[in-house]
Amino acid sequence: MELQAALPVPHKHLENPYLPMLARIVRIQRMVPDNYLFQLRFADASVADTWDHRPGQFVELSVIGTGEMPISISSSPTRRGILELCVRRVGRVTSALYRLPTNAMVGIRGPYGNGFPVEQMEGNDLLIIAGGLGIAPLRSLLWYALDNREKFGTVTLMYGARTPGDMLFREQVLSLADVDDLSVLLTVDRDPSGTWKHHVGLLPSLFSKVRIDPSRTYAAVVGPPIVYKFVLAELLKLNFHKDRILMSLERRMKCGVGKCGHCSVGYKYTCIHGPVFTYWDAINLPEIV
Amino acid sequence: MKILKIPKANLDLFVSVLPAFGDVYAPVKRGKGYAFDRPLRWFDVQMNYPRTILPPKKFMLPPREATFAFDPAKGFQDLLADAARQLVLFGVHAYDIFGLNILDRVFAQGRYSDPYYVTRRKATTIIGVDFEPDERHFARSMNADFVDSGFDLFLSDIGEEYLVLVGTSRGDDIVVLSSSLLETPTETDFDEYKRRSGLRRAAYRTRLELGDLPEILEMEYHSEVWDEMGERCLSCGSCSMVCPTCYCFDINDEVELGSRAGTRIRSWDSCLFKTHALVAGGENFRSQRASRIKFRYYHKQRGFVAEYGRPSCVGCGRCSEACPARIDIQTVIETIRGERNGTASSVARSA
Repeated sequence: MELQAALPVPHKHLENPYLPMLARIVRIQRMVPDNYLFQLRFADASVADTWDHRPGQFVELSVIGTGEMPISISSSPTRRGILELCVRRVGRVTSALYRLPTNAMVGIRGPYGNGFPVEQMEGNDLLIIAGGLGIAPLRSLLWYALDNREKFGTVTLMYGARTPGDMLFREQVLSLADVDDLSVLLTVDRDPSGTWKHHVGLLPSLFSKVRIDPSRTYAAVVGPPIVYKFVLAELLKLNFHKDRILMSLERRMKCGVGKCGHCSVGYKYTCIHGPVFTYWDAINLPEIV
Repeated sequence: MKILKIPKANLDLFVSVLPAFGDVYAPVKRGKGYAFDRPLRWFDVQMNYPRTILPPKKFMLPPREATFAFDPAKGFQDLLADAARQLVLFGVHAYDIFGLNILDRVFAQGRYSDPYYVTRRKATTIIGVDFEPDERHFARSMNADFVDSGFDLFLSDIGEEYLVLVGTSRGDDIVVLSSSLLETPTETDFDEYKRRSGLRRAAYRTRLELGDLPEILEMEYHSEVWDEMGERCLSCGSCSMVCPTCYCFDINDEVELGSRAGTRIRSWDSCLFKTHALVAGGENFRSQRASRIKFRYYHKQRGFVAEYGRPSCVGCGRCSEACPARIDIQTVIETIRGERNGTASSVARSA
């Protein structure tokens, strides 16, 4: 089954999906040295007010005069007006973005991709598993679930980072640990500072701390390949159905609209058929990892 | 469908009405091959040519085009108007029209349509002509040797005349304008069409079986044939450039010197190029040549079937003709099907 429910309709640029819309950088939050959170607001107020997306979707961000890149959306569609993008500095375009000051204009087009099938997940327990940067798209899903709390059963966040200093949105997730109706399980691979009050160990070691009913749970997993390898093994040990495990893939989505071919994985285009795939779809795609 | 006929002697006059519908491009000699270009005179138009070097996709998806201008002060301005030039493509073979129909599926249909492609496609009049298959054509195996849509007019040789199929209202405008040159066909003309069409079908060198090819490709995913092809393939991308249905493109921003203003350019790309599956951070999902040429075959003959119900291949034979390593698609498919021994030399055509 493909995850292609009714998606938020892209904006008036639907006539020309390649043409970005201007957005202003309203705030830059330096979370860790090479990972900033950019808060953006569309210059056109009607776009800012009507923008909608699904957790797990992405946008194409243009740094005017440098180039364009796909970035997953970290904000939730339940919190409108500001679009939040968590960007890691890895290449030419991200470096140019890091040089921009607050109030500079960038180009945004989207939202693209299928996103998480949230309507289908409603009525079920949610197990959100983030490794490192994987928190960027999953933060959108987490806030979506918390803002629609009545629609879901138990909600559990498992989040692992290398060290406490590498943990993105650290203050936010730490404060969520005190929220009723949400289980937050945090871990770091190691704690050089010696001040970490939570679990130390790899992500899979958190599974012994929770009770999960796989028959009524959707697991959403995003992280580096090593996380998929070990977390998927844990989920299968619990007898999860393969179509109840959701994962998000990253490829070079250059056009975002299923034309340019660069994000193909096996037979599918990540930008149209993904980036969210069920584990069942994923194992049927060659060259998935 | 409205069907007329035109005596061959009237063709030059017929072509002279076409500029009313746009700039006329037709097959003309180019070196040892043929190309769609502006003929200087009717005498230059080749009505019997095996295939052009580049397919007509070059008119819908130019090798390089500026899609919009950007300027930090003014924002983004599309350059769509540049795509609206009226064109007439005269003398297009059925498999090439089929190729455009396949590109339509990707660029004009689905969740997003591509306004640059669609603008050009709508501004283009297409007049098809039939052809005699040579040993590289396998359009019949790809069910692309005849085409029933995607053209405005289609000419079929019946000896002293061409039958003229009128496919669209715009095609009808052309025949109305040139009605004095056209005649009503007879039963004898139709019989002659059927006779020649049977001869053309029989002229193909091979008949490749496509029915279970997707399943066989699944079974042969780890076949040594792909490694052997990877050894031969030069990753030059020629097969993609000449392919009527390859559409991958690259996107780059070109900035004017000393400013942040410029244009976003899209240009032809190929999955054979090493950077095609490279992502930020340096990971490359197809760094090996063998994985790239395998990907090309699986995308066209397996993935496209799953998505659109048919391969993205029309059997024109251009990839075999263009390949400097002499990799021949007909031979590759026969090898994968187990109808030939799979060795490195067997996937190449003889010199």
